[in-house]
Amino acid sequence: MNLLKIARRNIASKPLNTFLSLVLLAFGVGIISLLLLLEVSLQEKFDRNIKDIDMVLGAKGSPLQLILANVYHVDAPTGNISRAEAEKVARHPYIEDAIPLAYGDNFRGYRIVGTEHKYHEHYGVELNQGRLFEGTFEATVGAKVAEETGLKIGDTFYSAHGLTDETDVHKNHAFTVVGIYAESGSVIDQLLLTPMSSIWGVHANVEEETGEKPDDEITAMLLKKKNPLAVMMIPKLLEDSNMQIALPSIEINRLTQNFGIGMDTVEAIAILIMALSFISVFISLYNSMRERKYELALMRTMGATRGSLFTLIILEGLVMTISGMLIGLLLSRVGMTVLANVMESEFRYDLGDLGVLASEWQLLGITIFVGVLASLLPALSAVRLDISKTLADG
Amino acid sequence: MLKSTNLTFQYPHGPSFGFPDIACEAAKHLLLLGESGSGKTTLLHLLAGMLRPTGGAVHIAGQDTTALSSKAMDKFRGQHVGIIFQTAHFVQSLTVEDNLILPQFLSGRSVDRAKARDVISRLNLGHKLREKPGNLSIGEQQRVAIARALVNDPDVILADEPTSALDDKNAEEVIRMLEEQASLTRASLIIVTHDQRLKDRFLNRVTL
Repeated sequence: MNLLKIARRNIASKPLNTFLSLVLLAFGVGIISLLLLLEVSLQEKFDRNIKDIDMVLGAKGSPLQLILANVYHVDAPTGNISRAEAEKVARHPYIEDAIPLAYGDNFRGYRIVGTEHKYHEHYGVELNQGRLFEGTFEATVGAKVAEETGLKIGDTFYSAHGLTDETDVHKNHAFTVVGIYAESGSVIDQLLLTPMSSIWGVHANVEEETGEKPDDEITAMLLKKKNPLAVMMIPKLLEDSNMQIALPSIEINRLTQNFGIGMDTVEAIAILIMALSFISVFISLYNSMRERKYELALMRTMGATRGSLFTLIILEGLVMTISGMLIGLLLSRVGMTVLANVMESEFRYDLGDLGVLASEWQLLGITIFVGVLASLLPALSAVRLDISKTLADG
Repeated sequence: MLKSTNLTFQYPHGPSFGFPDIACEAAKHLLLLGESGSGKTTLLHLLAGMLRPTGGAVHIAGQDTTALSSKAMDKFRGQHVGIIFQTAHFVQSLTVEDNLILPQFLSGRSVDRAKARDVISRLNLGHKLREKPGNLSIGEQQRVAIARALVNDPDVILADEPTSALDDKNAEEVIRMLEEQASLTRASLIIVTHDQRLKDRFLNRVTL
């Protein structure tokens, strides 16, 4: 027998009141913690993929699109650029390193990207099996791609034109899987890498149809600067070309800021739900305190002090808030897993894992604090209870 | 044993009372009679330390309870005084058994479930231990309330109209049990009542 047990029994004996308070609490905490998880997870993902990419060189268009397409591989590219022109920029003295990317085809929704070994080396991605792509039409595939499509070393596949659908398959050239990357959490997981020459090879017929030589063109170039002035100087060089550079850090900042407005609204709703839940905890405790006035007075006659009654009511508040909070945290994990699955199948993009975040500990602290606050007034009325009058009126 | 001397009480903006001195030895009984409004319940609450007298003193087991702080009074009452009310009330969310060990826990004693079971079986309700008090009949509830008042072996048992809500058969049983258990635990039994069925039975009485 202890006060906690009595508190738990008292709460359980009012299932409807308790249910209402718990549902409100769980949703409030759940939504806020889901937002926190999402924010951290996206931020991590963004940061991991930006990793030392200072600038992206590509065709003119939306700079944000350029970043999303070439750093994260979630949007369509802005167009093609001349390989010779791009290489000229890459050789600029302010530029330390450049990684060319050429793509436009997919295999079951996963992008086939023509590039150099520098690309996966940049993200520190290791091989898991087989070897790296060397010759034309050899491909080393990302961990996620291998897992989802079942591609194994020695398998051959055809690429489909475009970035998502599989209607227009290039049957003229088959790719051969020569290796599989280890999982890294970077964008490489979702890609099939091949030499640039493969991409040009697949599109060799384009030359016959349009007269353009495909090996003259690439999609984009990821640049690392040697000198900070590069950010100022390079755009000037590009003024008269069809190329632009975009800065991942700035574009992603802008994106998360826009995104943030939506997040703020959801957050405000969640805080409203939390506030309602605390009103509900308060009302249910206050009502049950009034209903149990006689019980509480009775406990005083059996030796309970004012302090024990105070503690009892606060405990009831805490048991309710903490249970609601735990259910909320559980909900947010379930929500996050569902969301991650949706994101993965829709965007070929996965979110990180689901530990308890530092900001969530803060959320717990605040929830407990407000839980105590909500039970304070009922607890104080229990302290001020006139036992003689209550029992005489009985 | 219980002894009161020169007790007076004044309700704020209300009537004031002066009470005759009362004394009740261990294992003895005393009936407090009086018309309604004569201050019977007030006196009982004064004896139980639930009200603080304007003047006078109450001694229980040698302790002047009017000298105790509110917190010390709560603990003292829990350990030395058992109280039975007109209608039995319980912590409804707890089982009969847990309601019986509640006085042990709340008064700061160690919890002794065997003791609680022993007391309740003396009142022939051993089979109701797992029930919620609300599921018991009124007569059974009053017997559980008696068991609860006895479980800490109090020096004094105070009963406020313990039979007024009961029919003859249950009243008879409750009176018999109160008498029996009080002498068994050598407690002073003080009953406030205007119930004729009790007057027939207890000869020691004080009329207010």
